[in-house]
Amino acid sequence: MKKPPSRYTALATVPPKQIQLIERRLFLKHSLSLGALALLTGCDVTNVDAVQKTLWTMSKWNDRVQGWLFNPDKLAPVYPESAITRPFPFNAYYDEDEVPRVDAAKYRLALGGLIRDKKPWTLPQLYALPQVSQITRHVCVEGWSAIGKWSGVPFRHFLERVGADLSAKYVGFRCLDDYYTSIDMATALHPQTQLTFRYADEILPARYGFPMKLRIPTKLGFKNPKHIAEIFVTNVYPGGYWEDMGYNWFSGL
Amino acid sequence: MEPDVDHPPEPPRSVIHPLTVRIGHWINAFAILIMILSGWRIYDASPLFNFEFPHGLTLGGWLAGALQWHFAAMWLLVINGVVYVLYGIFSGHYRRSFFPLTPRTLAQEFGNVLRGRLSHRLGTYNAIQKLAYVVVILLGVVLVLSGLSIWKPVQFQGLAALLGGYEGARLVHFFAMAGVVGFIVVHLALVILVPRTLPPMFTGRAPRDAALPEGES
Repeated sequence: MKKPPSRYTALATVPPKQIQLIERRLFLKHSLSLGALALLTGCDVTNVDAVQKTLWTMSKWNDRVQGWLFNPDKLAPVYPESAITRPFPFNAYYDEDEVPRVDAAKYRLALGGLIRDKKPWTLPQLYALPQVSQITRHVCVEGWSAIGKWSGVPFRHFLERVGADLSAKYVGFRCLDDYYTSIDMATALHPQTQLTFRYADEILPARYGFPMKLRIPTKLGFKNPKHIAEIFVTNVYPGGYWEDMGYNWFSGL
Repeated sequence: MEPDVDHPPEPPRSVIHPLTVRIGHWINAFAILIMILSGWRIYDASPLFNFEFPHGLTLGGWLAGALQWHFAAMWLLVINGVVYVLYGIFSGHYRRSFFPLTPRTLAQEFGNVLRGRLSHRLGTYNAIQKLAYVVVILLGVVLVLSGLSIWKPVQFQGLAALLGGYEGARLVHFFAMAGVVGFIVVHLALVILVPRTLPPMFTGRAPRDAALPEGES
């Protein structure tokens, strides 16, 4: 009977010694990749320059992707009063006893950059602006989330009022607690982005950012600056406190 | 030993793992390792349960580093995963390797396992293996969808709502990860128990004496 062409017979002609060698090579290859994987754990590999560069490049790429994904008309979900998280957590890069105490009478909001009317604002002037309320979810970059009620003037209204260049790329914030951050113009103009003066219908307490914060329900919590001292509009990337350390800049939700 | 040419032990397929599957497998192994280890560090920043992953086991050094790894490797995982799943569906690879998969064969195979009789012919999967591979692929899909819901709970709020909202999606993401980790543990344990399954994952070819009939191996 004629032998059908079988791959097994073909393999059988390979000397066993050679097969052993091939298998050993594979085993070595495998151990090498295991070693490489072991090196990945811990923080060491993250600190290698080329790795750092790649990760930053990917983070910048993710900024662009998030810019495309961001739908300026899509509203963040809103919740009933009963869903509010009590107590609403305090969160900052410092402890609660280091929260800045701001003198309301002396406070002035400074404006800078591509804004037509840069005259500073007092608190009574800001409080006189038309205000709205929202109950939305604050999502922290750490993973936890909490629902709160914020009231203030829609940020778009304020930017239009002071003659900000709405075609500029960035809006930057400098804060009284030395925090700083910046956001894209599309998010600044989102209908739910709010210059906030009140929390739970009370004047914003110090721990939540007195005299004002920017509430952005379409961004992670650290993109919501508190104790704002200056707002500026620019086309030059302003970065941010956490962003300059490696947190993703766009951080949209 | 001369093979019985009239009754070849297996369909004489020399390549038991197609090249696409092998490349996809190793890219996926690399990507999923990064996703799991960086994901553990992200979990530790705000644990869902009363435990943390030992930081020495995690990737990224701190939260920002872990997030950078997670959101870089997600592209590798998703692009590779999409290629692999499309290939699996359209090449017939899934149909050939994972189906038919019936409750009867599953029960039978489970009985075999209980009696300590495992069949592991290279290139052919028993019912439990088939189920495990199908489930882990579905878990991968769940991981991507719940991950999207956590990353973009406003832009993808419809999807997030299906998974119980932002907080629900975090739980789904965690348990799907746990399922995949469980799969990997069993998967690696079996590779250690039956080491000859490993070389074909590089070469695609079954070693000469590997393809034994059921019961003999």
